[in-house]
Amino acid sequence: MAPIIRAERLELYYGTHPALRGITMDLPANQITALIGPSGCGKSTFLRTLDRMNDLVPTVSIRGRVLYRGEDIYAPGRDVTALRKQIGMVFQKANPFPMSIYDNVAYGPRTHGIRDRGRLDAIVEESLRGAAIWDEVRDRLKKSALGLSGGQQQRLCIARALAVEPDVLLMDEATSALDPISAARIEELILELKQRYTIIMVTHNLQQAARVSDRTAFFLLGEVIEYGPTGQLFSMPRDKRTEEYITGRFG
Amino acid sequence: MSRLSPRRRAYDMAVRALLYGSTLLTCGLLLALIGYILYRGVPGISWAFLTTADSVLQGTVGILPSIRNTIYVILASLALVLPLGVGAAVYLTEYARNRRLVGAIEFATEILAGIPSILYALVGAVVFCQVLGLGKTLLAGSLTLVIMTLPTIIRTTQVSLRTVPQSYREGALGLGSGKWHMIRTVVLPGSLSGIVTGCILAVGRIVGESAVLLYTAGLSTMMQDFSTIEALMRSSGATLTVALYVYAKERADLAAAFSVATVLLALTALINLAAGLVGRKHS
Repeated sequence: MAPIIRAERLELYYGTHPALRGITMDLPANQITALIGPSGCGKSTFLRTLDRMNDLVPTVSIRGRVLYRGEDIYAPGRDVTALRKQIGMVFQKANPFPMSIYDNVAYGPRTHGIRDRGRLDAIVEESLRGAAIWDEVRDRLKKSALGLSGGQQQRLCIARALAVEPDVLLMDEATSALDPISAARIEELILELKQRYTIIMVTHNLQQAARVSDRTAFFLLGEVIEYGPTGQLFSMPRDKRTEEYITGRFG
Repeated sequence: MSRLSPRRRAYDMAVRALLYGSTLLTCGLLLALIGYILYRGVPGISWAFLTTADSVLQGTVGILPSIRNTIYVILASLALVLPLGVGAAVYLTEYARNRRLVGAIEFATEILAGIPSILYALVGAVVFCQVLGLGKTLLAGSLTLVIMTLPTIIRTTQVSLRTVPQSYREGALGLGSGKWHMIRTVVLPGSLSGIVTGCILAVGRIVGESAVLLYTAGLSTMMQDFSTIEALMRSSGATLTVALYVYAKERADLAAAFSVATVLLALTALINLAAGLVGRKHS
């Protein structure tokens, strides 16, 4: 299968400190790819290079290429806002805006110029259904999003990301701040979303990676140690360090 | 049950007496001051006093022009200082990448905030009134007040911009929002209460300011020509604090001065009340 995103010899520095040391990786479309590894291994940093979120950190410098559908997203003159519309991000901590549930979901479409009330209504409903939260919030769309529970807030953020019709969804430990039941609901949701989206998720939860993902990449000290089909990586890791990590000998 | 030793008890009592004493003294002084102002000022306040101008023919005093001038100066200053100050704060916190430059500007703002207002008065009188040829007018006064209140607006706006969680910014940018769109739709609404608080503080400073206006806006307590905004801003006029000075020092009409003081007191109380309300609503 053709990769939707391809990283080529990607290096990233915070000042002079290398956080990614030459990462080459193909991420296939309509699959769930899990990025695992101990804290500080660079997996979140890598995820954030894919929609150029690291641009916000002033001291970051990047070498190498990231190709999205064959085009370098770091090429000069590249429209970052258009890129981020196609590659959505769900963060570790749910971050709904302090607005109504409706306005949260409509934020993206409005940003991209959709003003028509009927169309917005349709997008909001469809996105909330897509994120499996419609039934819980349909009666209080005008209420503040901050009144929702943590798990609901995270699903709202997923709905908000879906509303701009992205191609790829990046999830940065999207369930780590949630209780087990909410986390399980989001895992189910991720499996459903796979039909329509390419999902790349960072997770600290190895069981979650094993349950949900099609492919897994093991990061260590800014390098990809091993990358392959999830079943294979967990049952027969090729690298000693991968085996030690997944069997819990360090982490 | 253990008891305190007599020495410690005596010590405890003494400290308590001292603390109560200072509280009592502070409140007493404050109440005496307010009471005295009200005692001397309230009798002079009447409907005519608040709604007419001075009349030499009838020998009556009226502070309507001064109330008007105060409002004009507040509105004109805010209209200029708000876009300028909020804009500067947004640039400093959201856009500027050069830390040294930001540090230098913030340091300068800090210093500007601490300068005695008479220095602003001097600079305003020279630059706006003389060099730019505006004369002693409401416009020159407002412009000087803009410079004086600019640091307040910048600082309070910056502080409240920083309280907007970074995750909101990332969320908006992650949805493909441009930077300015993100600031306009998420960051500024999130820091509105801080900006309003800054405004109220600025209004407080403007209402209480006398030196600057004495030097730059003139002493006239006559009714202004307010047929057009331009005519109005180009006329000279005393605000309430300046009027107080005029009545007390130039006309030796202490009764009128105390009545003006009463009006100022009420205005200040109102502004503080508004600030408290805004603060509570958004906390």
